[in-house]
Amino acid sequence: MTSSALRLPGAPRKAPLAASSVFRYAVLIVGAFVMITPFLYMVSTSFQTQTFVLSTPPQFIPMPATTKNYQVALGTQNFALYFANSLIVAVISTAGSVLLSSMMAFAFARFRFPGREFLFRLLLAGLTIPAVMLLIPQFILAKNLQMLDSLGGLIFFYIAGSLALNTFLLRGFLASIPMELDQAMQVDGANAWTRYWRLALPLARPAIAIAIIFTFLNSWDEYPIALTMISGTDHATLPLAIANFQGQYATQWGVVFAASLIAVVPVIVVFLVFQRYFVQGLTAGAVKG
Amino acid sequence: MALTTALGRAAGKPTARPGRAASLRRRRISTTPYLFLLPGIAVFVVAIIWPAISAFQMSLYKWNVFNSALSRWSGIDNYVRAFQDPHFWLSLSNSGIYMVATVIPQIVLGLGIALLLKRKSPSQPVFRVLFYLPVVTSWVVVSLLFKYLFDDSGLINFTLHDFLHLEASNTSWLAGRWSALVVICLLGIWKGIGWSMMIYLAALQGVPESLEEAAEMDGANRWQRFRVVTLPAINPATVFVSVMLVIGGLNVFTSVQLITDGGPIGQTDVVLTYMYTQAFKYSDFGYASSIAVILAVLVFILAVVQLRVMRRDDTEELS
Repeated sequence: MTSSALRLPGAPRKAPLAASSVFRYAVLIVGAFVMITPFLYMVSTSFQTQTFVLSTPPQFIPMPATTKNYQVALGTQNFALYFANSLIVAVISTAGSVLLSSMMAFAFARFRFPGREFLFRLLLAGLTIPAVMLLIPQFILAKNLQMLDSLGGLIFFYIAGSLALNTFLLRGFLASIPMELDQAMQVDGANAWTRYWRLALPLARPAIAIAIIFTFLNSWDEYPIALTMISGTDHATLPLAIANFQGQYATQWGVVFAASLIAVVPVIVVFLVFQRYFVQGLTAGAVKG
Repeated sequence: MALTTALGRAAGKPTARPGRAASLRRRRISTTPYLFLLPGIAVFVVAIIWPAISAFQMSLYKWNVFNSALSRWSGIDNYVRAFQDPHFWLSLSNSGIYMVATVIPQIVLGLGIALLLKRKSPSQPVFRVLFYLPVVTSWVVVSLLFKYLFDDSGLINFTLHDFLHLEASNTSWLAGRWSALVVICLLGIWKGIGWSMMIYLAALQGVPESLEEAAEMDGANRWQRFRVVTLPAINPATVFVSVMLVIGGLNVFTSVQLITDGGPIGQTDVVLTYMYTQAFKYSDFGYASSIAVILAVLVFILAVVQLRVMRRDDTEELS
């Protein structure tokens, strides 16, 4: 209201603007309703007793509300273990990927050397290879390296899968840092590693934040690789465990969604805290493309 | 030896003047950048490039899962088989339908919402978060959520049948090819709108307001301003969004696997679920690899064609 009054000095356009902003909000509210309702219904179901799941008419507010689904998920169904597995895999994959890709980005952004073009193009080619196409050969590779059904195997492939995009993102950012800073440090006798660790990394903090967030989310949510490589339940990650549980106990939707929310809530928290980085990260991809 | 010289040089000998050291580095080959690249490139080559090559290689064999040394060279047999396999064509057409049915709505609706949210207002971040929420949620969770919503006695049927009285009886959404594809496509659109919206929001912020104002002075109406000023200005974003969405659309896997698992009787199989079945159910790695390679080639061709066509449009409008 106030903003539209401030924006427009000319009175005649006020009426149509008011109508259009009503329309605008109506569309946005309907859209947001469609986006959010499935989530709210999921939350509601996770607090329902089994009797009321898929009952007609559906229960929107669970009566009586129960936390039993969460107890089952975390207790008898071991989702605390899967949460820990997911956390280990996502944290180590993210740290490894950001370290390796920032080192590569540093080399690409700060040095000229034979093979630079070729290696960079090789990475870019990696971006165009659909991940699922690699499932079979990666499965065989993991088998040969004794990495099947282990968290280490997942971490290895998650790092590999995120390297190209992260390097691309970080290189763009590092290239924009003035060369003079490097040279000044060189005068002070700093070697390449010091310039990378003390200068490039701290200055690239915004881009690093983006890389961390996206790598973490992708590792946390990844399903196809986990599905092919993890066979037992000891090393299952949350997405795999949730899918397996639903496959086994098809009608236990309360437990399924309790487990799902255990998996989703950290992601939403990360997203809400860092959402401005999301915009930047996506822009970096779009503007270049 | 080379390593120590490199490190010594990178450390900058106190005697050498900085300018000279820099020019020396430019001429001589230093090992420093290679040392920085080595770990990353090694992982990348082992886990991505090598598997990509071996996927192609495997597709030329009748692959023996238990002892790969016993695999038999079969040339293009696997590809011939794929092109003669009606189920491959069915799964390819399902992937194609999914792509067409999800890409266009994601672009149109994503852009539409971005236009509505373009102006900074107190409610803008709230809407942005709400629309983006499905994007950050894992495919596994939202797939199961949609399976639940579209259950025979789920929320969607309740709304359509008991509440709005639009259907005479409950639809068994997941029991037929077309209705199941509708569910899978709706999920794809619902999950993806926030992503294209975010890209377009960023792109719209880069459109200079002076351009729009100039067009307004010239008496252009809202639609004309959008078509002549805004659309060309955000064309790079449109190219990016549509290329990424086409690639993503043809690579649909998790949602189909979890919602229908290709059923009923394989009617909703997409290329990658069919590939997965061939590989991990029937252990036919050679045939599955040929399917993966065909898809990769198709994706690549489509991406190149799109880039050509859409970039050319851009230059024509400029000239």
